[in-house]
Amino acid sequence: MQLSTRHLLGIKDLTPQDIQLILDTATQFKEVLQRPVKKVPSLRDVTIVNLFYENSTRTRISFELAEKRLSADTINFAASGSSVSKGETLLDTVNNILSMKVDMVVMRHSASGAPHFLAQHIPAAIVNAGDGINEHPTQGLLDAFSMREKTGKLEGLKVAIIGDIMHSRVAMSNIYLLKKMGAEVMVAGPPTLIPKYIQEAFDIRVEYNLKKALAWCDVANVLRIQLERQNQVLFSSLREYSLAYGINKKLLDSLNKEIVIMHPGPINRGVEIDSDAADSNQSIILQQVENGVAVRMAVLYLLAGGRDENN
Amino acid sequence: MKIILDSYQLHLTIQRLAHQLIESHTDFENTVFIGIQPRGILLSDKIVDHIRQLYPQQKIQYGKLDITFYRDDIRKELHVANKTDIPFSIENRKVVLIDDVLYTGRTIRAALDAINDFGRPAKVELCVLVDRRFSRQLPIQPDFCGKAIDSLISQKVKVEWEKGEVVLY
Repeated sequence: MQLSTRHLLGIKDLTPQDIQLILDTATQFKEVLQRPVKKVPSLRDVTIVNLFYENSTRTRISFELAEKRLSADTINFAASGSSVSKGETLLDTVNNILSMKVDMVVMRHSASGAPHFLAQHIPAAIVNAGDGINEHPTQGLLDAFSMREKTGKLEGLKVAIIGDIMHSRVAMSNIYLLKKMGAEVMVAGPPTLIPKYIQEAFDIRVEYNLKKALAWCDVANVLRIQLERQNQVLFSSLREYSLAYGINKKLLDSLNKEIVIMHPGPINRGVEIDSDAADSNQSIILQQVENGVAVRMAVLYLLAGGRDENN
Repeated sequence: MKIILDSYQLHLTIQRLAHQLIESHTDFENTVFIGIQPRGILLSDKIVDHIRQLYPQQKIQYGKLDITFYRDDIRKELHVANKTDIPFSIENRKVVLIDDVLYTGRTIRAALDAINDFGRPAKVELCVLVDRRFSRQLPIQPDFCGKAIDSLISQKVKVEWEKGEVVLY
């Protein structure tokens, strides 16, 4: 029983069996997190470095907690305040860290493909914690875990991913994962934020009308407008975006069914989602964060275990 | 292949274990039963069912424990994790751990570690269906034992619950 891959670089490389195994293992870890002692000794002999070349709150804390709950030793590295500012290359930095006997690397980088590059050059297992606009696999997994937990299934589930699809690594990981698990996927947003040919490339639906998208779906995964990745004007103002694509309670109440609202965070309140919708009981945004720790424990556990070639 | 217990003997042995547990615990106010996943619970289900039939008025507390994350061979081999369900406190209670076959003792070592994470029991006892004698790698012995057998390391002992037999092969 093992994953088909040594690294978690993207959902793209996983098989449906891998995904199933990760989600099922995460279910057991979620129970561990409800115990008086929220900790297991599984990765006692493993050292993990969290290499963050880009800002993060949830993902970094979530990974660190997951590692600690598995009893792994952890080191945190943030690019700001390190020798990266003196011009040290990514590979040199990582090789120096690995020479201090580190077994796994959790990595976030603003360049798409940075963890893939690293995987070709270093022996340690790599977990992608978000690379540029490519993938954010653990977010995809925790989204799927939360959907499955809330609705009881992934197969046949209708999921609308709403907002900035173009710049979103969360959208990519969600699409790959949901398609592999047999869900129906729709992307919705302004045409300027939806890549051309995405419908043909992934065999998914595209919708430009928010109300129609919400009426179709069981689950709406609302994405953040990524202000830091917009170098051209793709919509005229945040106010206009909010009027056309912002989700609020009034809009949710006008549907004749109750859909589940998700958001990977951080939320731009009043832009892609209003407070009355984000904090409503249809929203599982904080459950997603809670589940994130269990899912990341499962990923680290499954990548670290069963691979000691000395034995 | 050798049959260690046939279905009638297995039935008798399970009844005996249940009665021995009743004898040594008199009432179950302060005792909890915990079956070890995955195969131990097939035995613990039957033992607890039997005790419940004999004492229908008594509240018998029964949980299930998975020890996968506590194994000492995780780096060598991964196993599928099963559900842990202990919906009561074990603090200051007598815990009876139930498993089907006691062999090297490593599973029970892991279970003792896992139990610790749920609280500090007053006492932990071990009840097994089959004890493979002289093959222990840790100083662990059962308090209640269905049948003690001698076997070779190359042999396997399996409880075939569908057929109701314990076989050595």
